[in-house]
Formats: sequence, C-alpha cells, structure tokens
Amino acid sequence: MRITGHPILDDLPERKKVNITVNGKMIEAFEGEPIAAAMFAADIKVHRTTPKYHEPRGVFCNHGRCTDCVMKVNGRPHVRTCVTKVQDGMVVESIEGIGQWEKGE
Amino acid sequence: MYILNKLPNDGNDGILSLERIRRLPGYPDESSFEKGPVVVIECDEDIPCNPCEDICPSGAITVGEPITNLPRVDIRKCNGCCLCITICPGLCMFVVYKNFSDTESLIYIPWELSLLPEKGTVAEGCNRRGEQVCRVRVEKVIKAKKLQKTSIIAVSVPKKYFEIVRSISY
Amino acid sequence: MNNQLVIIGAGPAGLSAAIEAARYGVKVLVIDENDKPGGQLFLQTHKFFGSRHHMAGVRGFQIGENILKQTENYNVEFLLNTVVWGIYPDRRVAFAEEGKKKGFVFGENILIATGALEKAFNFKGWTKPGVMGAGAAQYMMHVNRVLPGKKVLMVGSGNVGLIVSYQLVQAGSEVVGVIDSLPKIGGYQVHAGKIRRLGVPIITSHSIVEAFGFPCVESAVIARVDDRGKIVPGSEMEVVCDLICLAVGLRPFNELCWATDLEMRYSKEFGGFVPIHNEELETTHEGVYLAGDVSGTEEASTAMEEGRLVGVVVAEKMKLIEKRRAGELKKEVYERLRSLRSGTFGEKRAREKEDIFRDFASRGTQCIF
Repeated sequence: MRITGHPILDDLPERKKVNITVNGKMIEAFEGEPIAAAMFAADIKVHRTTPKYHEPRGVFCNHGRCTDCVMKVNGRPHVRTCVTKVQDGMVVESIEGIGQWEKGE
Repeated sequence: MYILNKLPNDGNDGILSLERIRRLPGYPDESSFEKGPVVVIECDEDIPCNPCEDICPSGAITVGEPITNLPRVDIRKCNGCCLCITICPGLCMFVVYKNFSDTESLIYIPWELSLLPEKGTVAEGCNRRGEQVCRVRVEKVIKAKKLQKTSIIAVSVPKKYFEIVRSISY
Repeated sequence: MNNQLVIIGAGPAGLSAAIEAARYGVKVLVIDENDKPGGQLFLQTHKFFGSRHHMAGVRGFQIGENILKQTENYNVEFLLNTVVWGIYPDRRVAFAEEGKKKGFVFGENILIATGALEKAFNFKGWTKPGVMGAGAAQYMMHVNRVLPGKKVLMVGSGNVGLIVSYQLVQAGSEVVGVIDSLPKIGGYQVHAGKIRRLGVPIITSHSIVEAFGFPCVESAVIARVDDRGKIVPGSEMEVVCDLICLAVGLRPFNELCWATDLEMRYSKEFGGFVPIHNEELETTHEGVYLAGDVSGTEEASTAMEEGRLVGVVVAEKMKLIEKRRAGELKKEVYERLRSLRSGTFGEKRAREKEDIFRDFASRGTQCIF
C-alpha cells in the first residue's frame, strides 16, 4: 500500500510510471524507486526461497546489506532489489535456491 | 491460547502518574489554573533540551543552565499562546483553560496525525493511557503551516477531566 | 586525484566535517555509497532535542536539507553511488563506483564517518517476510512512501523503537504493541508517553518467542522473561500482526576500520567495537579520523559536532587556521559536546568517551600511515 498524504512529509513530486513484471505479473512502479518498494506496494513480499529448506525470504534490512531480498533481474541473478532502481520493461523473477548465471557472464 | 488483536494496555510503562506530574516544575499549582489558559509541561527527564525557553515570546518558561534542567513556568507571564506546544520535540506540552465555561475546560493538544479533525467534531477524549474517558468537542483547530508542522486542536471536556484528557480518538 | 581531506560517509558527521573544513579552504572530497547524501537524516521526521545551536525543534530531514545547502556554498566535491572498500598504507582510499569506475584516491587526511548499523536478534520465524529492522521500516515509509505493515509489533523500547512506532502510526499503521525484554523502557519517557496516549501498549519484561504465518508473518507469540532473561512458561500471548520490527540496538559500522587495521576496543555503551581515538578524534593511524556513530553510537547532534571538530582539526593541520583560533573553535565544540553528553542518558556516554581517550593515551605512539 502506498502512503499518500503524510502529515509531516511533503508530497513527492510527480513521478513517471514505468512497467515492470514480477514473476510474470505486471505491477505499478515509479521511476526512481527500488524494485523492492514497488513489489511491497503491490503486496508482493516473498522474493525468493532458500536452497535447503525452501523457506520464503523478503526484505529485511532494506538498505543493501543483508541480501535477503535478492532476485533475478533481467536475467541476472542475486540482484539486491532494495537498492536497485526500477527501469521500464524490467523482468524480475524469484530465485528458488541458488541463482544461475547465463553462460559467459 | 486465543489470538489477541492488540497487546494488553493496562501497564504503567511510559506513563507519568498524576501525583508525579503535579510535582513537576513545569506544572501550575492549583490556583493558577483558575486564572485563564496556562501551559502545562509534562516533562520529567534531564534531557539536554531548551527550545521551549527559546520560543516563548513572554519569557514565561525558564530552563537555564545546564540545559538538562526541567523547564519551569512563571504562570503570571503565560498567556496561553501555544507556541511552545508546537516546538517541543517530546510533544509533552499542553495549554489548559480550566474555566472555559461553567461546566467545561478547554485543552489545547499538539496533533501530528493525518486526520486533522474539523471544528465541531465530536470525539472521544483519551487519558494518558489512550483509554477513552469522556466525550469531547473540537472547538478550535490551528492547522500548522509554519508551526513546525505540528497542528493544535483545542477540545472542550467536562471540567473534571481537565487534568486527564491529553489526546482524542475519533 | 589529490585531496587534503577524503571523507567516507555523507551523513550528518561527514557533511558537517566537509562544511567546516571547506569553510577554511581545505580541499574536500566526500564519498558515499548512496545516490544522495544525508545518511539517516532524511529518515527522521521527528523534531530534534538540544539547544538552538543544535537546531532543536527542527525536524531531522529539514536539518539534512539545511546541511546539504551549505555544502553547495563551499564547493564540496561528492562521489556518490561509490563504495569505499579499503584504505591502504600511504593513504590510498580504494573505491568502486556502481557499475562504473574503480580506482584509488589519495587523501592527505581521511575521515571515516560511516555511521551505524541496526542489530538483529534471531527467534523462530525471524526469516519470514514481514520481519524487518526498524530502520528498514522507516526507510520504507519516508523514502519509498510505502506502508511497511498494517498491524505492527515493535520489539525494543529504546528511542528508535518508540520513535518508529510513532512514525508508523503517523503513516497509517496500527502498532499492536511495543515490547522490551528489560524491565524498564529504554528510551525517553516523552517518546513513550506520546504513543501511550495514542493507545499503543508498551510491555516490558517481555520478549518475542516465535513468528507465525506462511509465507509471511501473520502473528507473533511473546512471553514474559524473568530477570535472567528466561521465558516464564505459561505467560505466552499471541497477537495478530503482519510486521515485526526489530529495534534492538545499533552498532558502529566499523568494517572499514577493521580492514584498515585500526586498533579497536569493545564498547558495550556504544554498541560494539569502536576504533580507539583521542579527543581530537584521531585514531591510532596518523591522519585517519573518525566522526559520528562509527566512533560510538550516539545521536545526530553529537555526530554533527564531531564532524565539525574534525573539520577544524584538519584545517589547523593544513595550516589554514592559525593555532589560537583553532583552539577557540575546538573549545566551543568540546563545550557543546559536554552539554549534549549530560543528564542521565548522556553521562554514561561521556564517561565511555573519556575511557576511550585514556586508552588512546596509554598506547603511546601512533603509527605513521
């Protein structure tokens, strides 16, 4: 859920909408925001599952330190979604276990 | 074990008792309440802090040195202008007008939440534990623009609650 | 690139140092891993305490904006989106800019002002989505403008826990309760008072036992703990929540200090290991300084004063202020720090700092870096 009309903070300036897909689903995103924020606003809180026990993981530290929020972004695995900004047409996918890099990367 | 919707609210952690508050240097004595709107400072800890002293235009509030001193009020100088309410970082200042009418007192409280009630709204007055204790009516709303974005709402409460109501819920 | 002062971290400490040093003509470069300077200041919507000099009554993010404006006046150079990953002998600062250039920068003087990190503590179910740090929730609300949860359990009643609980209510969440495993509230009574009168319960001597729900948090079980920290059987309570915030302490962000081989000491009061330093905030490596939470977790106001101090110390070292004037400026900062470190909350920090300075003095010589 997005916060509109905060009692203390000024409203954000108008931001351009971009389209990103998360596991095939298109969600609303605004230019300049991290992927994790757009996902959270769309109520998608599970980012990946762990290799051994297949446990769901998501945002924890929210500033790029803990790597719990990593996903595959435009084919590249283990991208920290809390510090990576959205781009129009971005394809974001969950990683089950450990991500695979494309050959040659 | 059944699931609670909220944790129990009956503890005393973080709440000052009325006995303690009445002994604070920032609290007016009984007779001072009779004269008109006066500031009530429910500040109890030695935090280095003095913007209330700075902002009071009539010099009614003194913190002095060191700035960990609790603020003291000279009631004769306070005219209930409410500037201090807006600047206090602890949001622990209120202006109380005990004899607003024969039956009601007027309490000015700082308000920093999204839903700013309108004048005339009827709401529930809450004590320091957030428990609803009586009906209140919003008499005045001073919407913050330059006042550090802390708005002030003045609510009329039954007189016996003039030392009790410090927030509203609606 | 040749700089007289390279500052790592553009939070309140780093920016204050940059302004002060640049004011006297020091050539300053500030490096920060974020895309915008300001550190934690822009997360703070509450009014600061202190005196007029400390901008008491002004909200944190406004202070951030003020400081940033001042850096523009003094022509401070910034390298943003850049991580400093090492400080090598002969003062080479190794950096890597996100996706772009990597290299070294020489700093005649180096200031480490990397701030603090949130601690965490584990309990069954803590890895579920819906458990995050209090700072994470703050970032989500104030920078991302997204509500981090609708019903929140706050674990920890220090100032961070109390303030973020208030901010959650302001943003539109319901805080189902604040718990603390200690028998007393950790933060200021005024912060506690203002959430209690909004109906937020605060329960001490309680700890979180388990988080339930799949795949995300749906409820939490808390229980009373005795004075040894052991759970009292039969005292469990389960409460509905979709967000569990951990506000269990901050520790200095000292990884770079370890990597630079500075001499460290454990400080319980300051939340973790800090580099040993003297009153002028110089470490055991000559020319390497500290300011802000990395020298001991305190507050934004002390961070700004420490930053100013280092700015003056470096300007004096570069012979851009004459000794007597520098002495006066330093004395003013020491006075203000003394004032901020007074009262029940501040005294402990003042004593800990004194202990660290004594430790430094007993070490003898500094190493030439």
